[in-house]
Amino acid sequence: FPEMSYSPFFCLGPGAGQDVGRSCILVSIAGKNVMLDCGMHMGYNDDRRFPDFSYITQNGRLTDFLDCVIISHFHLDHCGALPYFSEMVGYDGPIYMTHPTKAICPILLEDYRKITVDKKGETNFFTSQMIKDCMKKVVAVHLHQTVQVDEELEIKAYYAGHVLGAAMFQIKAGCESVVYTGDYNMTPDRHLGAAWIDKCRPDLLISESTYATTIRDSKRCRERDFLKKVHETVERGGKVLIPVFALGRAQELCILLETFWERMNLKAPIYFSTGLTEKANHYYKLFITWTNQKIRKTFVQRNMFEFKHIKAFDRAFADNPGPMVVFATPGMLHAGQSLQIFRKWAGNEKNMVIMPGYCVQGTVGHKILSGQRKLEMEGRQILEVKMQVEYMSFSAHADAKGIMQLIRQAEPRNVLLVHGEAKKMEFLKQKIEQEFHVNCYMPANGETTTIFTNPSIPVDISLGLLKRETAIGLLPDVKKPKLMHGTLIMKDNSFRLVSPEQALKELGLAEHQLRFTCRVHIQDPRKEHETVLRVYNHLKGVLKDYSVQHLPDGSITVESILIQATAHSEDQGTKVLLVSWTYQDEELGSYLTSLLKKGLPQSTS
Amino acid sequence: FFQYCLSGHPTLPCNVLKFKSTTIMLDCGLDMTSTLNFLPLPLVQSPRLSKLPGWVLKDGSTFLDKELKECSGHVFVDSVPEFCLPETELLDLSTVDVILISNYHCMMALPYITEYTGFTGTVYATEPTVQIGRLLMEELVNSIERVPKAQSASMWKNKEVQRLLPAPLKDAVEVSMWRKCYTMPEVNAALSKIQLVGYSQKIELFGAVQVTPLSSGYALGSSNWIIQSHYEKVSYVSGSSLLTTHPQPMDQASLKNSDVLILTGLTQIPTANPDGMVGEFCNNLAMTVRNGGNVLVPCYPSGVIYDLLECLYQFIDSAGLSNVPFYFISPVANSSLEFSQIFAEWLCHNKQTKVYLPEPPFPHAELIQTNKLKHYPSIHGDFSNDFKQPCVVFTGHPSLRFGDVVHFMELWGKSSLNTVIFTEPDFSYLDALAPYQPLAMKCVYCPIDTRLNFIQVSKLLKEVQPLHVVCPEQYTQPPPTQSHRTDLMIDCQPPPMSYRRAEVLTLPYKRRYEKIEIMPELADSLVPLEIKPGISLATVSAVLHTKDNKHVLQLPPKPLQPPASKKRKRVSDDVPECKPLKPLLSGSIPVDQFVQTLEKHGFSDVKVEDTAKGHIVLLQEAETLIQIEEDSTHIICDNDEPLRVKLRDLVLKFLQKF
Repeated sequence: FPEMSYSPFFCLGPGAGQDVGRSCILVSIAGKNVMLDCGMHMGYNDDRRFPDFSYITQNGRLTDFLDCVIISHFHLDHCGALPYFSEMVGYDGPIYMTHPTKAICPILLEDYRKITVDKKGETNFFTSQMIKDCMKKVVAVHLHQTVQVDEELEIKAYYAGHVLGAAMFQIKAGCESVVYTGDYNMTPDRHLGAAWIDKCRPDLLISESTYATTIRDSKRCRERDFLKKVHETVERGGKVLIPVFALGRAQELCILLETFWERMNLKAPIYFSTGLTEKANHYYKLFITWTNQKIRKTFVQRNMFEFKHIKAFDRAFADNPGPMVVFATPGMLHAGQSLQIFRKWAGNEKNMVIMPGYCVQGTVGHKILSGQRKLEMEGRQILEVKMQVEYMSFSAHADAKGIMQLIRQAEPRNVLLVHGEAKKMEFLKQKIEQEFHVNCYMPANGETTTIFTNPSIPVDISLGLLKRETAIGLLPDVKKPKLMHGTLIMKDNSFRLVSPEQALKELGLAEHQLRFTCRVHIQDPRKEHETVLRVYNHLKGVLKDYSVQHLPDGSITVESILIQATAHSEDQGTKVLLVSWTYQDEELGSYLTSLLKKGLPQSTS
Repeated sequence: FFQYCLSGHPTLPCNVLKFKSTTIMLDCGLDMTSTLNFLPLPLVQSPRLSKLPGWVLKDGSTFLDKELKECSGHVFVDSVPEFCLPETELLDLSTVDVILISNYHCMMALPYITEYTGFTGTVYATEPTVQIGRLLMEELVNSIERVPKAQSASMWKNKEVQRLLPAPLKDAVEVSMWRKCYTMPEVNAALSKIQLVGYSQKIELFGAVQVTPLSSGYALGSSNWIIQSHYEKVSYVSGSSLLTTHPQPMDQASLKNSDVLILTGLTQIPTANPDGMVGEFCNNLAMTVRNGGNVLVPCYPSGVIYDLLECLYQFIDSAGLSNVPFYFISPVANSSLEFSQIFAEWLCHNKQTKVYLPEPPFPHAELIQTNKLKHYPSIHGDFSNDFKQPCVVFTGHPSLRFGDVVHFMELWGKSSLNTVIFTEPDFSYLDALAPYQPLAMKCVYCPIDTRLNFIQVSKLLKEVQPLHVVCPEQYTQPPPTQSHRTDLMIDCQPPPMSYRRAEVLTLPYKRRYEKIEIMPELADSLVPLEIKPGISLATVSAVLHTKDNKHVLQLPPKPLQPPASKKRKRVSDDVPECKPLKPLLSGSIPVDQFVQTLEKHGFSDVKVEDTAKGHIVLLQEAETLIQIEEDSTHIICDNDEPLRVKLRDLVLKFLQKF
């Protein structure tokens, strides 16, 4: 049944591919279509910001085509296009995400909507109501819960550590499975644990590869470096701007600064920009089971997300004299409060901006990080950047070492890299292929990758047959493996392996017995029973592993083969041996006749 | 398939299932009703308790008067309270592979099992079960260890002596098995053996069995368990609820298609309606406080208390109780209140939605914030300064034998203004009160047990339709005190199999199949043949590999060419090594066609004779005869191997192989 042994499955990416922009991947597995993430590109302000969903179904309805949608975490490059997708393009099927993602994602979407529509005045964008309607289609999943999407398709979430509620997903249909990592982090940080997956041996592992070539120096060094820079700037009276996303790195850095301020007894104010960030800490308190072990263990005594030194920011504070540290959203300096503060402080060389995460192309963050010091702002205004610009990789992506570690954990048969830059991915691809001897793919945007799997076929074996076989093979012999014989009955879509006898019985067929009886002539002048005894002794000597018996009626059996001797009717010196066996004993029967034909050895007596 | 029943308590079960090749313990409940036979442990010196007279036998002998004290006609053991453990002799508990915990009340015997029996396996439980279970154990250990008792009574346990004692001591079972409480290091060691699981998580045990916890709706993180292989399914239902309180609703659908459903942990008060009881609780509380009295609520530190606090949150303002202080006293009070707020994923839908706002799911956060509810680790310390009366105190232990509740019973028992309201259903309130008699304080019994009642059970069984039901014997007959209530028992077809403590049941399964995997290379080599429309057959000759209880069929290895040996060949070298078994044959030989075929193959002297059952085909020159009947063919020939093989192959052409 070759059609079952090979089944291609496709994996195509309208979004992710070789670009850290937006994640949106379509996977077809055993006839099921699953969309992984539904991100938007923050570097664009036009149509290109959302994935092109017409790509998926040229003209059909998305709901008919897709079996489900899975969102890995709440970052907008992974869920930003969701309301557009479900409410404006139209999708009514299930959307799966973890509880914290379900809680936080609508808030980020609303925040983003406000910046785009209310501040920039864009139209043709999703509305608040659409976000609400979209969230009604979301089914929240637990970690490690096996969610049965339908009879054949199941999904399971694993802890990914990247941000609160981030998850990797295993998608299983038939005998095939895919693991999609989303963004993940293999080292625990100050507030989250490390990603973990069991040895689930998927046919395909789709991994992000944002930091494909970086092997980041120890976390401790980076933290020390960060604190030193903040401290020095504050000491000389400068202001520090840290653009962050409301949830995630922000909390980790707050914990870091809070403990440092406490230890050094510093007085300079630390602010957290208003809006959703106030709420953010509250989410961390309520979803504390998703944070790392240490925070979870001590939360009753001291909740790490209740900060003493960090206060809410007011817009007017930006003009206050003297040093301060401000965490402001969004993280890539592309809009909102962080951009406003940046414009105010950019001109003073005493100040510093610390970019703690990756910035996509086109954002102000990306521009200043690539060394640009004269920026063209809205209205042709030129902003000269004199403040110090620092980049610190705090964003919690797995580095090359982490990616390799995850592959080692999951033991996939194929690896597909997404969410990274082509050159870096190429390097990692080679490394993976060398070390694990698996195929590694890195499709471009919109490119389809087909992976052939070769699954084994599960069938039902009758217990009688299995017991019979395992009873014989009590002492397994590596050199002489025992063969088992059965009949596979294929009916509808069920496969059952039963003993041949049972197969016959089930089909209402009778067995047809095929028997052979051969006459072997032997020259032996002795009496019949003496001849028989000689034959018996000869066979006994040669066939040591077989049961050879001399029966009272004068016949000999070798296993179930019967040998009888009669005198030749004409020649008394010749005896005729009748060797009789069934087709099931064909080999032994044939061997016996040829053995007896050679005659009996000379008697030693 | 066997079930070893180690506990006779229907709501604190402990069963061991031998399922395929694994040994699975289902819950390990600790029967604490044994403590009712002991005197309470007072936190401060109690003149009343210390003056109780020693018990004297009818014949006047006084050798037990140090161990046994008499109070209002009841006899109590004056010693550290002891608990009745699950049976440990019925099977070797060191052979238990895994323990599945269904809820935090059903894990209280865990340290006794994991630390004393040589247990080396894994325990599975949900995160709330473990965290709250830890709190319950911590409270238990704390309340017993903080009142060190000099003496430990053991003489009364002697079988000869026990016979002489008054009831209920005389009838107490397995007193030799009663044990003192475990210690915190033992609790920590036991809990370290737990692996956390989530609802609907499929956990593979040794490749042979899969276990899955399902939401049971009874408490935070409470679960029922599915234990299944590819062909058999056992559902273990323990402590489930269909009422909407705070936990996630019960998952009933996943219990369908069970071969066996083990049913434990039904309501202990089948005649009481939990909603009505909550109303009564609030009214009695309000009445007492309005009259200037205090209210004592003996309770566990987690569970129903969350629901009671939520009711009071809605009730106190309308009842004019805004200024009455509510105290929650337990060494784990703070932890319990904090933990309840972080398990959003385990809560009912309404509470989950609150977390998305984000707001704390339970309103007791607000009661604490507005200072209406205050919590203290014990009556010592801050509490004594803040203590104002009249007030409402929630504290443990519901048995009234240890914990801060003992102090309040002694303090408030003498005044009829005060009320003690029993809400926990685990202990008979009359037995609990016995060592405090005579008592002036009012006693109200409002047991709140949200677990399944018999009406819900029969509905559930109709819905999920298990082939067999197994339950404690108590559920197969009406309660002893209400023998006419035949509605208070399980009614199903076929009737349930019942068990009692120390019994071994053989579970009824008929297993006929097992899963096996056919490797792709082997699958490719198979040649299916359509025998009947829609049914195809393929004969399989393959090598069976079994590892970790998984079976795989592979292509047989190609026969190795024996290395060219210079040794002289011996006769026995030719003996066929392993018999490659031939397939079974089926079908019949059409004689005319067969003869035609023979002729085509060069046999010119074929003769056919009819017989009673068929035909005989004669090849005269070759002195060969072939008997052909409906279901058999017999080839009789001289020892001419090429001829025989040729005839064999011609016959086989007409037959189907299996």
